[in-house]
Amino acid sequence: MSLPDPVADGVASGWRVLDGAAQTQDLQLSCDVLIIGTGAGGGMTAEVLAQAGLDVLMVEEGALRTSRDFRLLEAKAYPELYQESASRKTADKAINILQGRTVGGSTTVNWTSAFRTPPETLAWWGERYGLQGLNPQAMAPWFDLAEARLGIADWQTDPNPNNSVLERGCQALGLKHGRIRRNVRGCWNLGYCGMGCATNAKQSMLVTTIPGALQHRAGLLARARVDRLLPAADGKTLQGAEGSLLAADGHGLTGRKFAVRARHVVLAAGAIGSPAILLRSQLGGAQVGRRTFLHPVVVSGAVMPQRIEAYNGAPQTVYSDHFMHTQPLDGPLGYKLEVPPVHPLLMGVTLSGFGAASAGLMQQLPHLQVVLALLRDGFHPDSQGGQVRLRQDGSPELDYPLNDVLWDGVRRSWLTMAELQFAAGARQVQVLHEQADLQSSWKATRAQILQLPLKPLLARVVSAHVMGGAAMSSQPEEGVVDEYGRHWQLRNLSIIDGSVFPTSIGANPQLSIYAFALRAAHHLRDALNRG
Amino acid sequence: MITRRQLIKTGMAGSVVLLAAGFLASPQPDLPAASQGRLVFLQAADAQIIRSLAPVMLGMAGLALDDIVRGVDVAIAHLLPAVQQELRQLFDLLGNRWARRWLAGVHSPWAQATPDELAAFLQRWQQSPLLLLRSGFQALHALINAAWFGNPASWSALGYQQPQQVMGLLP
Ligand SMILES: Cc1cc2nc3c(=O)[nH]c(=O)nc-3n(C[C@H](O)[C@H](O)[C@H](O)COP(=O)(O)OP(=O)(O)OC[C@H]3O[C@@H](n4cnc5c(N)ncnc54)[C@H](O)[C@@H]3O)c2cc1C
Ligand code: SF4
Repeated sequence: MSLPDPVADGVASGWRVLDGAAQTQDLQLSCDVLIIGTGAGGGMTAEVLAQAGLDVLMVEEGALRTSRDFRLLEAKAYPELYQESASRKTADKAINILQGRTVGGSTTVNWTSAFRTPPETLAWWGERYGLQGLNPQAMAPWFDLAEARLGIADWQTDPNPNNSVLERGCQALGLKHGRIRRNVRGCWNLGYCGMGCATNAKQSMLVTTIPGALQHRAGLLARARVDRLLPAADGKTLQGAEGSLLAADGHGLTGRKFAVRARHVVLAAGAIGSPAILLRSQLGGAQVGRRTFLHPVVVSGAVMPQRIEAYNGAPQTVYSDHFMHTQPLDGPLGYKLEVPPVHPLLMGVTLSGFGAASAGLMQQLPHLQVVLALLRDGFHPDSQGGQVRLRQDGSPELDYPLNDVLWDGVRRSWLTMAELQFAAGARQVQVLHEQADLQSSWKATRAQILQLPLKPLLARVVSAHVMGGAAMSSQPEEGVVDEYGRHWQLRNLSIIDGSVFPTSIGANPQLSIYAFALRAAHHLRDALNRG
Repeated sequence: MITRRQLIKTGMAGSVVLLAAGFLASPQPDLPAASQGRLVFLQAADAQIIRSLAPVMLGMAGLALDDIVRGVDVAIAHLLPAVQQELRQLFDLLGNRWARRWLAGVHSPWAQATPDELAAFLQRWQQSPLLLLRSGFQALHALINAAWFGNPASWSALGYQQPQQVMGLLP
C-alpha cells in the first residue's frame, strides 16, 4: 500500500495546470480574474470565484508539490517549500522568518493551529482604524464558513508530551490555558506538518480550495514569479501582470516571460510578497510595506527527565493566552505561549551556542522540550513593525528593528517560559540567547535571564507569522485597501492575504486570513457578476 | 572582489569593518585545499574553512566532513543571489590571509589552525559588539548545523528517527 495523492491524480486527469519550468516559449494568457499567490488568501479566493463561473487563473512562484513529494525530510522540504530555504531574514538578520513558497503557500507547511481573530483585535481595528465592518458579530459567519470548509474542530487526541509540559506548567502556575483547534481530517498525529503533510490530512489550500477551483475550470501556473502589475493608460485600472518563468531548480530564470491580461487582479502573494510586487510596479504610495508585523517569537528549551520526542505528534495542541490579558492591549506587549515541533535541522540551526555545549543538548533531543512566546506587535505606540523594501535586484527585504518595547516583552516572556518549564518538572532550562547556558534551577535561570544583554543576534528571535504591509483602512490616505481588500486607487485590484491587517492578529493568523478572504471574495464575486 | 562602492551601498551597521576588509582583501587567498569534487558555490578555499570550523562548531569529532561541505554548498545554492553575494563576501574575507589574521584573529592558515584557535574565533564573532561580525558567526552556524543535522547520518547520535508507521508507505 502507498498513500493516495489526490492532487497528483487531479492533475493527471486533466486539470488546467502549467509548470513555468516546462515552457519553451513566452506565455500570453488572459482570464477574468488573475490571482497572484496561492496561500491562505489566494486559495480561498480562487475557489469562491471559480465556483461562481468566473475564469480564474492562479499564478504561483513556488512549484506544485503534492503529498508524494513530502518525505518527512527537512533537508528536502525547506529548499523546496519555503521562501529562501526557510532562512529568510530581516535586514539586520536578527529575525529568521518562515514563509511558504509552493502551491498552497504557507498553508502547505503550517502547523495547523486554528484560532479566530481575537475579539479585542477586531474591536481595536474598529476603534482605531475605523474598520467597524469587521466586528466579531459580522465576522462570525465567515469564521463558521472557513471552519466548515477546512474541517477546523477540536482536536480529540491527547496532546503530545511537548504540549503536555506546557499544559502542566500552566496548571502548576495557575495560568489560563486551552486546547488548540486544528484544520485536519483524519490526521495521523505524526507531527511533520512543517514538511508538508504526506497523508493529506492537513486541510491546507493545496488539498482543499485549490483542487476545488481547478475542478471548476480554474487554471494554475506554477514556478512563475510575478514581477510587476501592468497599469492601464488611464492610471486607474490594471491591465494585468507580467513576470518570469522559473527553472526546475525553483530559483534560476529560464529566460521565458509570461504576461496575463485580466479584468480583475487579486494580489495574494502574502505579507512581504504583495507589498514587494506593488513596490516593483511603482504603485507604492506612502503606506505600502509599512507596518509589517511578525509576532516576534522567542524560545526556551528544557531538558526533561522523561522522553518528550517533540518531533512526534500533532505539533501544537495547547496554548496559553494568559499574558495576552495581563496588561492593556496597547501596553507592554502581550504574548501567547505555544510549543513548536522540534526536528533536528531546525533545532540545530535555532539553538544558540556552539561546540560541546550545543552538542550536549542536541544529543538529548528526545528529552528536549521547547516552549515559544509569540509577542503581539503593532498595538503599542512604539511597536510599529517593519518596512518592506526592495534590494537592487528587486527582491524584497524586511527591515524590522528590534526596539525597547519588544525587548521588554522578550525578557518577560523568557522568565515566564523558564518558570513554567521548571514548574512542569524540567531538569534544566536554557533560553535561546548566545550568552545563556543550561541552568538547573528556576532561581539560577531567573538570575541569568535578568542579566542577558538584549541585542540583535544575541537573542534568538524567529517568526512564522508575517502580517501587514498593505493595510486596510477606512480612509484612502491611511492605508492601501478598504475593508474588502479593494485597492484605494486601482479599481480592479484587490489585495486578499495576510498583508492587509493593520496590526498583528495576536493569534496564529491562518483562520483570520481565511475568514477575511471569504468575506472579500464573496463581495468581489458579487461585484464581478453584476459588472 | 568587493568594491568599495558595493560596500558603501550595503549600508549595514558595521560595514566599516568590511570596508577595511575591502582594502585588505587582495587576491591572495590561503593555499586552496585538495579538491572537493563538484561544488556549485564553494571554492576549494571556502571548503577548507568549513572543514576546519565544522568540528569546532558542532563540538563533535569524526564527522563526515565531505558530506558537511557538500551540504553547505547545496544549502547556499538554494539561497537568493543577493544572499549568496553576501556569503561570497564572507568567504572571501575569511579566505584572505590578512583578514583571517586581523579580523578573525586566526593566525595559522585554516587547515592548520588548532581547535582552540578556531573556537576563540567563533566565540569572538558570536559575542562581537559589531552586528556584522555576529551575523558572520550566525551564517556559519546556520550553514554548518543545517548541513549536518539535515543529514540522516547525524540522527542516530541524537536518538532521532522518522516515524516508522508511515515511512514504509511513502513512494
Ligand atoms: C512553518 C509555518 C507554520 C505556521 N503555522 C501556523 C499555524 O499553525 N496556524 C496559523 O494560523 N498560521 C500558521 N502559519 C502562518 C500561516 O500559514 C500564514 O499566516 C498564512 O498562510 C499566510 O497566508 P497568505 O495568503 O498571506 O500568504 P501565504 O500563505 O504565504 O501565500 C503566499 C504565496 O504567494 C506566493 N508568492 C509570493 N510572491 C509571489 C510572486 N511575486 N509571484 C507569484 N507568487 C508569489 C508565495 O510563494 C506563496 O505561495 C505558519 C506559517 C509557517 C511558515
Ligand atoms: S500531524 Fe497530521 S496534519 Fe500534520 S503532517 Fe501529520 S498527519 Fe499531517
